[in-house]
Amino acid sequence: MKIQNPLNLLNTKPKKVTALVIAVALLLILPKTGLLSPYLVRILTMISLYSMLALSLNLLTGFTGLVSIGHAGFCAVGGYTSALMWQYTGLPWVVTAIAGMIVAGIVGLMLGAPTSRLSGSYLTIATLGFGEIVKMIALNWQSFTGGPLGVNHIERPVFFGITLTTFNSGFFYLSVVLTALVTLVVYRIVHSKMGRAFMSIRDDSLAATLMGVDVTAYKLKSFIISAAIAGLGGAFYVHFVRFLDPNTFNFDISIIIISIVILGGTGSIPGSFLGAVLLISFPEILRFASEYRFIIYGLILVLMMRFKPEGILGGHSNRKLRLMKGVDTYGY
Amino acid sequence: MPSPILELKNVNTYYGMIHAVKGINMEIEKGEIVALIGSNGAGKSTTLNTIAGLLKPKKGEILYNGKPLVHSSAADIVKMGICLSPEGREVFPDLSVQDNLRLGAFTRKDKAKIAADYEKVYSLFPRLAERKTQVAKTLSGGEQQMLAIGRALMSDPKVLLLDEPSLGLSPNLVMLIFDLIKDIKKLGVTILLVEQNAKMALKTADRAYVLETGRITLEGTGKALLTDDNVRKAYLGNI
Repeated sequence: MKIQNPLNLLNTKPKKVTALVIAVALLLILPKTGLLSPYLVRILTMISLYSMLALSLNLLTGFTGLVSIGHAGFCAVGGYTSALMWQYTGLPWVVTAIAGMIVAGIVGLMLGAPTSRLSGSYLTIATLGFGEIVKMIALNWQSFTGGPLGVNHIERPVFFGITLTTFNSGFFYLSVVLTALVTLVVYRIVHSKMGRAFMSIRDDSLAATLMGVDVTAYKLKSFIISAAIAGLGGAFYVHFVRFLDPNTFNFDISIIIISIVILGGTGSIPGSFLGAVLLISFPEILRFASEYRFIIYGLILVLMMRFKPEGILGGHSNRKLRLMKGVDTYGY
Repeated sequence: MPSPILELKNVNTYYGMIHAVKGINMEIEKGEIVALIGSNGAGKSTTLNTIAGLLKPKKGEILYNGKPLVHSSAADIVKMGICLSPEGREVFPDLSVQDNLRLGAFTRKDKAKIAADYEKVYSLFPRLAERKTQVAKTLSGGEQQMLAIGRALMSDPKVLLLDEPSLGLSPNLVMLIFDLIKDIKKLGVTILLVEQNAKMALKTADRAYVLETGRITLEGTGKALLTDDNVRKAYLGNI
């Protein structure tokens, strides 16, 4: 039995563009129709935010082949930078968010440089350590970060005199705009010379070196860009929930982001959106299952690993969607 | 006598404690095909990797057009015009044929000439032109080898280093690949070829070196080595 890949229905460019325009228009009008409760608007905002975070990690993991399970650390750096900058200087959100991106990018460089010689699981463990280090610094540098008390009553972003809230859908629109920008940036990178360098490192870093790709430099670029986008996500989130403590961006968040990337498809931009829609809405849809929903959630990931380890839309091949014979055939 | 395009002087390369290449001297003239043959573990690939800058020699000098090469990075060596097509057809499996070739031209900026070189590679390997948008892992072994060589050619090399281009190919394809190597020579590219298939390599090469446990034991024209008794016994089978 062959399951038709749903994307094959959109096999021509005009069809794709039309579908995209309709989807975007629906998305933008929906919150204003009053059909959606603030609860649903909030979930849509979270899906948008996590799509952005997944795209950021996909650039690093899916396209460059560097698996990070400390990505929430970059969100924390961006979030703390933005929140503390607001607290100490009172500057508007746009400025603090850009500062958050820059600082997260610098931290990305600081993590990428010493770990650039690591590969595979070793790098992954280093990123795990990084996430914990950020958390520990936030927890123990009390005089600056507020320690376990965190930062409270963080100001909402104001645009043209309008304060963004969940009720006026402001946060939703802001997240959509940010995600659209990030998507555009990631798309442009992936289809550029830089993107090809990233993918060549993922596929075969030795051969990449032999083609004249400076592997270390491009790994660092991937780290910096990915970290900066995650920092932006963090800076958005803390002004959205208006509270930040060392546990806001913990290990669970890192795992959710990497799960989205894996479920949706490594190296697939639409995959990051699909993964975010599924994994962020699952816990809400399965709320009736209360704590058991994590079992279902885990089961889905295990089945995924068994039958389609490259993700729903991943695999970077022209192969039709079908059940795999086994994990050992992956990639060959 | 013109100075050689590539010259190795007393090159010594180590893998940790293991002395893999023990002071070899080689001279490669512009426009010729030179083969480097020898058994497993003789240091053939190590020699190529050292030239390409993946390994740094502990002692000795590598001169390219008279200029020392050992302090340049692998990326810079590609820019200078020396490209290695690695053993085992290391194409980028998840990228299309076209993207693989684009990566071959990674260090180049002359767009017009790159476009002309695509055509050159596609005319040399028509099979690749048919499979432009296919991902590399879906190609057959022979096609992957063509892609690996085509990709190396896209860097516009002056010297092409080929590591075991016939590895794992059927006899027919081996013939085809060696014919292609001769065609590449006609384009003015100097070729240093490492091969297990000594017979084919010696037939194709202008000159050849025999490497044994890190030392060069014999050198001469391809034809001379093909009839040399020692080479026949050791590498060609006593026929």
